[in-house]
Amino acid sequence: MKTNPLLQIIKYAVLALFTFVFGYPIFLMIVSSFKENAEIFTNPLSLPTSFNLDNYIEVWEVVNFSNYIVNSLIVSSSAVFIVLFVSSLAGYYLSRYRFKWNPYLLGFFMIGLMLPMKLAVIPLYMTMLKLGLVDTLFALIFIYVAGGIPFAVFLFYGFFRTVPRALEDSARLDGCNDFQVYYRIVLPIMKPAISIVGIVNLINVWNDFFYPLIFIRTDSLSTIPLGMLTLFGEYDTQWNLLFAGLTLSSLPMIIAFLFASRQFMDSLTEGAVK
Amino acid sequence: MTKIKRKNRYKKHLVHLFILPAALLYGVFQLYPLISAALNSFYSFNGFERVDFIGFQNFITLFTEKPYKDFFLNAFSHNWIYFFVTVITQLIISLILALIIHSKIKGKEFFKSMFFLPKLLSVIVIGFLFSLILNPTRGALNTLLEAIGLEAFTRPWLGDMSTALLSVIFVDSWASIGFSMLIFLAGLQAIDKEIFEAARIDGANSFTVLFRITIPMIGPALMIMTVLTFIGSFETFEYVFAMQGSSGGPYYSTDVLTTFFYRLAFGTVDGGQAIGLGSAVAVVLFIIIGMATSIILFVFKRKDFER
Repeated sequence: MKTNPLLQIIKYAVLALFTFVFGYPIFLMIVSSFKENAEIFTNPLSLPTSFNLDNYIEVWEVVNFSNYIVNSLIVSSSAVFIVLFVSSLAGYYLSRYRFKWNPYLLGFFMIGLMLPMKLAVIPLYMTMLKLGLVDTLFALIFIYVAGGIPFAVFLFYGFFRTVPRALEDSARLDGCNDFQVYYRIVLPIMKPAISIVGIVNLINVWNDFFYPLIFIRTDSLSTIPLGMLTLFGEYDTQWNLLFAGLTLSSLPMIIAFLFASRQFMDSLTEGAVK
Repeated sequence: MTKIKRKNRYKKHLVHLFILPAALLYGVFQLYPLISAALNSFYSFNGFERVDFIGFQNFITLFTEKPYKDFFLNAFSHNWIYFFVTVITQLIISLILALIIHSKIKGKEFFKSMFFLPKLLSVIVIGFLFSLILNPTRGALNTLLEAIGLEAFTRPWLGDMSTALLSVIFVDSWASIGFSMLIFLAGLQAIDKEIFEAARIDGANSFTVLFRITIPMIGPALMIMTVLTFIGSFETFEYVFAMQGSSGGPYYSTDVLTTFFYRLAFGTVDGGQAIGLGSAVAVVLFIIIGMATSIILFVFKRKDFER
């Protein structure tokens, strides 16, 4: 088709405008994190006059930032790993074995897809209170695992239904038991489904603020997003520290995205479409 | 012979270990709390303790008694505004961006990544970042407007009742456009190229192709995104909380059902905690969101249940 030059110019103009709209706030956040507080106040839009990391060092010292990072890492990695493990087993069970209760089990998991879990926070709080898990990282891990299971089970279930059984049958003939079939044959061929579930859950868990807000009381047990609340509560006039904190908390995800932008975008799209 | 049979049966039972951990974790930490939250709406409470079964009294109080009735209607109407504005600011813009990126242009990957970037940041980080950018005296937006000669448009974006809710919605859209753009792109890429060939041979111009072929063909994606936007507009909490606090300031002009729920559950509406009333709000949201989700699940994903 012939391309109309005027139309092409309009297209690039729109794209440039939105690149500015999306890029500038993030650029501003990073640039301001190198400025002194007075400099942000007098020249909010200018580039920093010097490039120094003082703000980062100070943020690291005034709040428990290293704790926040460690807590976020523990919670995210455990939650993602457990979701992958238990949901892939469940999805395999639902697609490969034809028990008469399987349709009811699917319905059972579907309720979790339909209703917002946030609104169940009071009974959840009481359950955690009874189990002695309030103000522990275990509370967060259990919640994120439970919250991730319905989506993951459905995705794995759909995935296994597209994989032919022939491979598994031949492994069974060679004398593998059910778990060996799962571990040696099934796991290796389901990398695409694992990356979708893994990335979707990683982004959700890493960035979540709501559950730490309710369940974590001790500052040293905060995850990064909850730590931001502490920072903004205590240093609300020192914008240099606030910008440095925001940049620091966004950096891990932005770096991961630079290395694997395709996987991130493809996973989230397929996760939503499937 | 019998020995082998018994061994096989033993193994068959072990298979149920596959479903057990997922069912247990999900049952205890999600399904049970959801059911319990729904049941709580029929009880009166003393702190966290259920006292009496009172039928629909919590709902009657919520819908008919001051101040709850006014809070509820106020928040409920904001959720609807949130939805309608988001359809324009998020869906229509992301559809336009997807159409442009899908057409013949250079640098597709760069623009896609750029627009998607905000989705990776925590909602609380985005909320806080924009509360700084939209700050009336020191914020970048007002400074920028002054710098380009638009002083007349500077205002306390988050502090002015007429712009507060719109500002929150804009920030939400800023973060979500990239994702819906990717969904639309996936829909556009799935359209068979031959249809466009055929249309061109029949002499259709690009305007006709867009409205007669492209948009109808991505109808399902459009429908799913509209429903997802609807659900998002009724579940929204973090942006309001980060930028306007749990009371949806200024003067409740950004209050939504989830922040109203949060205050009832953790105690600042009319003094103490009101878990029964909070649960009634939760049930209203369960019904609204549950109905919307069933549209997606049963209309678009029926294939999962056909065996």
